Amino acid sequence: MTAQRREQLLSYLVLGAFAVLAIYPILTIVLLAFHQRSDLVTGFSIPDRLSFDTFQRAWELGNFGRLLLNSLIVAGTVSAVTAVLSTLAGYAFGAMRFRGSDALFYLLLIGLIFPYEATVIPLYYIFKDAGLTDTYWSLILPQIGLSIPFGTFWMRAFFRSTPGSLVEAARLDGASSFSTLVRVLLPHARPALTTLVVLVFMWTWNEFLLALVMIQGDELRTAPLGLALFAGATRSQDPTLTAAAAVLVALPIVVVYVFLQRSFIRGMFAGGVKE
Amino acid sequence: MAAPSSSRVGAPAPATRADGGADVPERRVRVRAPGEPRKVAYLYLAPAFAFYLLFAFGPLLYTAWLSFFDWDGLTVGTWTGLDNYEKVLSDPGIRTSFVHAFELILFYAVLPVVLGLLLASLLAHGRVRGVTAFRAALFLPQTVATVVVAIAWVWIYAPDGPLNEALRAVGLGGITRGWIGDFTFALPALGLVGTWVTFGLCLVLFLAGVQKIPLSLYEAARVDGAGRVREFFAVTLPGLRGELAVALTITVITALRTFDLIYVSTAGGPGTATTVPSVLVYQNAFTNGRVGLAAAVAVVLTALIFVVAFGITRLVDRDPSR
Repeated sequence: MTAQRREQLLSYLVLGAFAVLAIYPILTIVLLAFHQRSDLVTGFSIPDRLSFDTFQRAWELGNFGRLLLNSLIVAGTVSAVTAVLSTLAGYAFGAMRFRGSDALFYLLLIGLIFPYEATVIPLYYIFKDAGLTDTYWSLILPQIGLSIPFGTFWMRAFFRSTPGSLVEAARLDGASSFSTLVRVLLPHARPALTTLVVLVFMWTWNEFLLALVMIQGDELRTAPLGLALFAGATRSQDPTLTAAAAVLVALPIVVVYVFLQRSFIRGMFAGGVKE
Repeated sequence: MAAPSSSRVGAPAPATRADGGADVPERRVRVRAPGEPRKVAYLYLAPAFAFYLLFAFGPLLYTAWLSFFDWDGLTVGTWTGLDNYEKVLSDPGIRTSFVHAFELILFYAVLPVVLGLLLASLLAHGRVRGVTAFRAALFLPQTVATVVVAIAWVWIYAPDGPLNEALRAVGLGGITRGWIGDFTFALPALGLVGTWVTFGLCLVLFLAGVQKIPLSLYEAARVDGAGRVREFFAVTLPGLRGELAVALTITVITALRTFDLIYVSTAGGPGTATTVPSVLVYQNAFTNGRVGLAAAVAVVLTALIFVVAFGITRLVDRDPSR
């Protein structure tokens, strides 16, 4: 018994140590952000007073209200549209039988793997020719396109896991395929859909390369893009300001994560392939 | 609850296998309700495929097409066949970038997977309760934007940042330096950031897997007189095969496509000490006006990612016990 106790204690110690390591870098910039430039922080330092001054200065200097709004518009649209289209496609793959379903599914699976590096060059020239760079569209449309493989993959797994008898019963009652989906299946889909929306929202919120290429002006910059430029301009003079800005950009996702971590983690093993 | 379980649905590998198994109930549906659902399926697929083909798969093919041209992005391009690929193979700068990408695999994939496996096997007998609390913390690095991660670690590695501060505190002031500005240490330093990002995911995955291995297998190994090492290779490692495949797929792909971290922290420098293929894709296409060459680098990188993903799938599918 004591041996088992010892093993358990050891387990907690090891896990605890790595949990601290995982949080530490985030914690350092949070602490740094609560300092002022005049504090001349070096290393790990706990602020002696609680002041949000640095956050306020970063918010104004970096126009972060605008940046966060842009990211909210883009990530909100992408995750909502992806959820709807993936539900429809996942329903076809998961609950229907049709010619070419395997081939079409494999075609879609390819999209789980390839990165933006593989598509961003022609995307830029296509959108430039259409006069659509520097618009929300140039961020929204490609990200829907590249989110759909994971979304469909995920919703197909959900529809496969629902009992076939539900669908059959509805069909015997004379329900159309669409009302079967809406009335019978979707009421059970909430956990699966939450995971999907939360993950796509996070990936879109955190995306950097596409925004870097598509957005030249300062009006439509997303939060990570604005943050990267802000960091380039401020970090050598005032690291506290950079840290505060970084916290502002990370905070919305971390808050959602704290409340919905089960949804996050469940989907991440399936979708971690798409960073 | 109806939602699919996490690790088993996994990356593409386990999913394709799930296909075969799920066929049975499906066929029953077809027998009982023939005809109706067949053609309407295409209607449900159409919008998703329109977006996917127009904005993801189509551009992928277009990239491949562009890689056969010499094009500056403005004037008319000229067809040069495989010239760009020859350059990818012969240009020392480009070759170095791929070597860097492989070095990053050591830090992003090999190190966290090995460490995660060791820890998971160490904790295999413990049947740890309350892993959820730790899990939330271990997973945090996965949720934070890479730009934010880069800013945090640039600060940690800075000449007067926390790392050097700590070194001075323990009397190692002699080895302090600006870590990511150093030709020798910049790449390993950024690699360790990758380790930090992916380690929690690996550990959580392996811990969940190890709890599913029946304790009786460990007891049997004990009875057979197996030590810790043999137990690891005979019981733990085979039991974690599926988790290992998911972890490797995710982490290797993350390593190969690294862009944000490097672009924001070093932009490939100092010199070319941290250039990776994705940074070359960006620089050649959007600042140097060598679009065709950039496309060729992108194609090779993507091909590499495909080879890795399908290679790992194959490795797992060969598992005789399935």
